[in-house]
Amino acid sequence: MFDYETLRLVWWLLVGVLLIGFAVTDGFDLGAAMLLPLLGKTDTERRVIINTIAPHWDGNQVWFVTAGGALFAAWPLVYATAFSGFYWAMLLVLFALFFRPIGFEYRSKMPSQRWRNNWDRGLCIGSFVPALVFGVAFGNLFLGVPFSFDEFTRPTYSGSFWALLNPFALLCGLTSVVMLISHGATWLQMRAGGEVQMRARTTAALTAPMLSLLLIFAGVWLVTAIPGYEISSAVISDASSNPLSKTVARTDDWFANFATYPQLWLLPAFAVVLPLLTSLLTKLALYGWAFLSSALSITAIILLAGTTLFPFLMPSSLDLASSLTLWDATSSQLTLEIMLWVVIFFVPLILAYTVWSYYKMWGRVEPEAIESNSISFY
Amino acid sequence: MVSETVVELSRWQFALTALYHFLFVPLTLGLSFMLAIMESVYVMTNKQIYKDMTRFWGKLFGINFALGVTTGLTMEFQFGTNWAYYSHYVGDVFGAPLAIEGLMAFFLESTFIGLFFFGWDRLSRVQHLSVTWLVAIGSNFSALWILIANGWMQNPVGAYFNFETMRMEMDSFTEVIFNPVAQVKFVHTVSAGYVTGAMFVLSISALYLLLNKDVGFARRSFAIASAFGLASIISVIILGDESGYEVGDVQKVKLAAIESEWETHPAPAAFTLIGLPDQENQTTDYAVRIPYLLGLIATRSTDTEVTGIKDLITASEVRIRNGMIAYGLLQKLRNGEDNAENRAAFSAVSDDLGYGLLLKRFTENVVDANEEQIKAAARDTIPQVAPIFWTFRIMVASGFIMLLTFATAFYYTARRREHKTPWLLKLCLFSLPLPWIAIETGWFIAEFGRQPWAIGEILPTYVATSNLTEADLWMSIAGFASLYSLFLVIEVYLMMKYIRKGPSALETGRYDNEQQGGLQHV
Repeated sequence: MFDYETLRLVWWLLVGVLLIGFAVTDGFDLGAAMLLPLLGKTDTERRVIINTIAPHWDGNQVWFVTAGGALFAAWPLVYATAFSGFYWAMLLVLFALFFRPIGFEYRSKMPSQRWRNNWDRGLCIGSFVPALVFGVAFGNLFLGVPFSFDEFTRPTYSGSFWALLNPFALLCGLTSVVMLISHGATWLQMRAGGEVQMRARTTAALTAPMLSLLLIFAGVWLVTAIPGYEISSAVISDASSNPLSKTVARTDDWFANFATYPQLWLLPAFAVVLPLLTSLLTKLALYGWAFLSSALSITAIILLAGTTLFPFLMPSSLDLASSLTLWDATSSQLTLEIMLWVVIFFVPLILAYTVWSYYKMWGRVEPEAIESNSISFY
Repeated sequence: MVSETVVELSRWQFALTALYHFLFVPLTLGLSFMLAIMESVYVMTNKQIYKDMTRFWGKLFGINFALGVTTGLTMEFQFGTNWAYYSHYVGDVFGAPLAIEGLMAFFLESTFIGLFFFGWDRLSRVQHLSVTWLVAIGSNFSALWILIANGWMQNPVGAYFNFETMRMEMDSFTEVIFNPVAQVKFVHTVSAGYVTGAMFVLSISALYLLLNKDVGFARRSFAIASAFGLASIISVIILGDESGYEVGDVQKVKLAAIESEWETHPAPAAFTLIGLPDQENQTTDYAVRIPYLLGLIATRSTDTEVTGIKDLITASEVRIRNGMIAYGLLQKLRNGEDNAENRAAFSAVSDDLGYGLLLKRFTENVVDANEEQIKAAARDTIPQVAPIFWTFRIMVASGFIMLLTFATAFYYTARRREHKTPWLLKLCLFSLPLPWIAIETGWFIAEFGRQPWAIGEILPTYVATSNLTEADLWMSIAGFASLYSLFLVIEVYLMMKYIRKGPSALETGRYDNEQQGGLQHV
């Protein structure tokens, strides 16, 4: 039905869609939880924040889980190499994520303020660490990751955990944190009531332009100081997946795709301008539009990162030929095709019932409602 | 090459995190269906008490569910972090069910669980009931796909080895889905989950009845649990796992180990009820045998043989020698001697490549293995017999005690005397740990019995790990152990607190503890 090359391209897009789904949905609850101590001064205010996301955080998190599963199914080499190579970074994310499901569920099960404060800390840190690490990981992809394959395609990572924490990657990490905080704030100004809403509004108006600035800074750094990668042998887009059958060379910068397709410059333009629009819409008290604008800016940022790296998924700084690209790190044609049909069937269904669940739970969470009907809320 | 210690520690980490995860999953599977049943009764009869039951047991469900979600994340990460070569080698086949599990099951379960807890006032009664059913169906779908993945590890069908990509690739998705091992595992495992949910409700209801608290609430819960539990335990036992042991060598080895059956006996074989397996001398001491029974159970016939361990080892040795040839040809193919002759020769023996890889533990080059190493690798194809032999007996004994408990509970409930029968209530209360004992031992038999393979006959566990250091593993195990211990203490504490409160936790003013000041003395 589809040829191998098309399937590989489609799956590159689909993984992008899942990552965007994750960042847009789970992104706002990560952001809201990071803002918990800052925007929620009293226990009721914190419960307002938590209850805006209470019915949805679990469904949102599945975007992340499914993106992981899709990586395993569609790009097994990327899944194997990235998860084992970034061992401690991944475990850090995992240990941090532990505190979210139980934090949400257990926090308000006891009246003790100490108990609740501890869970609030867990929720805040548990949301901050993944946001930071995902940004750091993306930053390292631009720099290249020190791994190689042996003759039987066994991946070995030769760097250390600390090497991941270099200045450029940390800048990307910071950008990711600010992006999700800003997104969380646009959610809270739309869905929270009382003082929390006012504070969220200030936060959104402030952090959105910060995101633009950080993106410009990271972009300039990338253009001026970071060499790129290119496939130096002929690109065979429908051969069996064997990364070692190509050769790779370093280039001056990562902007070869932009030279070939100048219309791609729209992506960085959107990525920088949309957060400013978010800020403007926030000041105009158009909260629904501000949230939409924030979601679109996240989409632009992820697409920008993906297309800049294209066709690379995970370049190797140690052994250039080991670099993983979307042409040589995928599953077989049959698996990609079957999984495509599964996605075509299920994703519209998922979107439909997800929208229904938001529709049913829509409305501002007011502090008075929490205080008068304590048992029905988290 | 990876050190033996790293392999051992990776196995320990996976086993501990999987067993821990599986403390919570079966209760989710069973309780979600019981909630759906209770709420169905509520919608049909419009009696408030059934809504209260759904909400109260739903609270306990939520405390359990949160840790299920938490520890499930570990399972998804861990294939990549700790079993990187596995992930590469079989991701083409194994990744698909995991991704489908996310799309088909997790989204359904997780989206609607939010509406289950917070949608009581926002949904119509029928809408909320549908939501509850969708949560139950979603959690059961997830069991289906994870067991299709696990069934493939036990009996890898529908795939072939591609030397160009150096991995297994799918050639029939329907074979992967309709893998007989996966199908029996699914039925067996979800039924075990239903038993767990039923026993949980049965025991706690028995506690309330013993204490004479919220009797009407507890009796209705007890009745649903005893009926649902009885049907489920019968399904676990009758539709048990054993029919899956006919397929594939790994399953045959497992069956022989469960029975500590060293020799191949003429059909129908005797069943070893109990005895002392002796791995060193390949005998079972003090064995008590029941004639014909094993042959009947395992092959469902009187004339098919059950292969003994010694014969299985001999068969493995032949395949290991073939595997050495396959490995040598693979090296040629990968190093530029890719011609028709080598391809033909390789495809003749490529099914035995996995057996060649077993030698990796003894010699890096495989093709230069000496007789002694081949013998050692062949002996290695049999897991330690005694642990499997014993855990199987513990599992089966737990199952039969539960059958007895549920049957008695059901009988007395039908005669409306259960609340006046203290010995029965105590039996139910003290049976609480049994489903977990049965489930954890069952898991152990399935996965420890699969050794030395990560993927049966395809990929030895020894070569499946990531290239990590021992220090990495010690530290991550310490991290998991401390966090998981902390979470378990918190979870059990919250469970006990809410069990003590009973339905009064709903703060409706209708239940005993709100009127009499609590069950704090329990």
